[in-house]
Amino acid sequence: MTEPIKAKEPFRFFTRMHLSELLGIRAANLGQLLECIKEVPGSCIYHHTHRFLQQHQYLSPEPPNDFAYWIREVLGEDELGERLASIDTVQYQTIRSLREKIIETIESYLKNDPKANLRFAREDEEFHFIKSVSFIVPTNYTVTDLEEFADALQKVTIDSIYFHIFEARLRLEKGANDFSNWLETSLEDKELAAKIARLDPYTYTLDNLRKTVLKIVKKKLTARS
Amino acid sequence: MIHIDDYASIVGQSTIEDLKLLAERLKGKIIQHINSTSVGGGVAEILNRMVPLLGELGVDCRWDLIKGGAQFFEVTKKFHNALHGHPEEITDHDLEIFMETTEINLGLMNLYGDIVFIHDPQPIGLVKKKTDKKWLWRCHIDVSHPNKKVWDFLMSFIPSYDSAVFSAPIFSQRLPIRQFLISPSIDPLSDKNKELPQETIDAALEKYSIVKDKPIITQISRFDRLKDPVGVIAAYLQVKKYIDCQLILAGGTATDDPEGTQVLAEVQEKAKKDPDIHVLLLPQDDILVNALQRASDVIIQKSLKEGFGLTVAEALWKAKPVVASHVGGISLQVKHKYSGLLCHSIEGAAFAIKQLLNSPEYAKKLGENGREHIKNNFLLTRHLREYMLLFLSLYHPEDIVYL
Repeated sequence: MTEPIKAKEPFRFFTRMHLSELLGIRAANLGQLLECIKEVPGSCIYHHTHRFLQQHQYLSPEPPNDFAYWIREVLGEDELGERLASIDTVQYQTIRSLREKIIETIESYLKNDPKANLRFAREDEEFHFIKSVSFIVPTNYTVTDLEEFADALQKVTIDSIYFHIFEARLRLEKGANDFSNWLETSLEDKELAAKIARLDPYTYTLDNLRKTVLKIVKKKLTARS
Repeated sequence: MIHIDDYASIVGQSTIEDLKLLAERLKGKIIQHINSTSVGGGVAEILNRMVPLLGELGVDCRWDLIKGGAQFFEVTKKFHNALHGHPEEITDHDLEIFMETTEINLGLMNLYGDIVFIHDPQPIGLVKKKTDKKWLWRCHIDVSHPNKKVWDFLMSFIPSYDSAVFSAPIFSQRLPIRQFLISPSIDPLSDKNKELPQETIDAALEKYSIVKDKPIITQISRFDRLKDPVGVIAAYLQVKKYIDCQLILAGGTATDDPEGTQVLAEVQEKAKKDPDIHVLLLPQDDILVNALQRASDVIIQKSLKEGFGLTVAEALWKAKPVVASHVGGISLQVKHKYSGLLCHSIEGAAFAIKQLLNSPEYAKKLGENGREHIKNNFLLTRHLREYMLLFLSLYHPEDIVYL
């Protein structure tokens, strides 16, 4: 049995818990929605494009963002709903660029079909803007090699997985997920880092994402031993 | 006695560890909950579970009640109905009665909390005595279309709070203070929600002469017009034309609801001709409620307005198919045709009940999806976490908080 390779720096697992803060802002049609999307804080865009990940950890019929869901289910604009739902979030490095893509998608749709702006939601079905307040807390799990990493990965909450994969990359603008960053810089395992970075986390439930990352790591451990 | 670690078997040990991490950061703070009743209704039920569990986590959490006479509670019931959009004439005299009781309580109460957590409108005026401590106002009711006079009156207090909390996004208003969305929750280990042996369920049915060979439709609710028990009977009668079934309307009354007796009498009058309608005024007996829910084939919650509708979460947790009105927080719990059926009318409710009774496989699937949704989003552990985050938010105004 080979000795585990020790990391230059240990990896501390953090967890992220959140509160939903109501902004008291609502929209009844596409035009109003668009104006609000331009003005609300980034934490609000983040909330409406990521809420589903944590609230529907199991297989869910909801499309991956609230704007798409509302536009399709309430306004009945299926095509625009589909365009928004299929925005490839993983391609965007910042909330700012994601917001611009959403704005551009709605504006271009309205330009081609101005009548779409005439559809109004009933008062009790209006879109309510909410922002996400994140609380980031260090957990008791700190690891120094790949075996410990795999072990901790099985034990931490899915909120912790969420934080290191989604929040670190997009909201904290670290460029890549924390796992890949650590594997590359501290364990100098570029191949493993790249394999995890290549996943599109938005197409997994959080539990499946945990299992997938774990499988990649365990495969590496087996190959090494 | 239930302990916080007992929940690990349902939500996982790491979730409990996260709660402990948050609790550590609230050491030294006293949280003082204040409401108007210790029994009956969802608020008291949640606080009864939450206060001891927060204590076990190491958060110094206490619970006090305001005092009020019959006149005061008649006024606050009118407020409650008016905030739900029900037509009510609110007179200046009503507001005077409210303020008189508020002043008495201001004189009597020791407001010692580092965080004073006020629940619902009844104690809202205590904020007049706010010092440099943090104050929260938790609105448990549906204020999507509030009566303007009552809302304006409440708005003479709300801006003095540090933050407000609502149960559903549609209740949010433009406010000069921060407002958070926190849904209530159910306790999976409480007598009302824990697993029961079949004998207990059978005994409950026998006690009320409910037979097992006819489908059972049940609404568990206080006898309150906003829960529309009369509408439930009307829906049942439409179903009964095609399916020989039974209806259970069961509930208690809350000490802060003087209207309950009158509504109960109206319901009994409507039900008296049909022996298959069982109107049960229940004592505070959570096992019995649990048993009746588990014995049911369909659970209905046909509220006209609903702060949240915890009975829906209770039913879904038991994997029961649910028919519920598309009001208040119910639509957060039931995704139509996925984790239950939503309705807007008596006819819609009747149609949905027939669908479920005639398609047991479909009904079963809806119930199973519903249980999973409740497990992920509406259990007490999520609520404990969000309340602790709420307390911490009072000391951290930023959107990304490093603890």
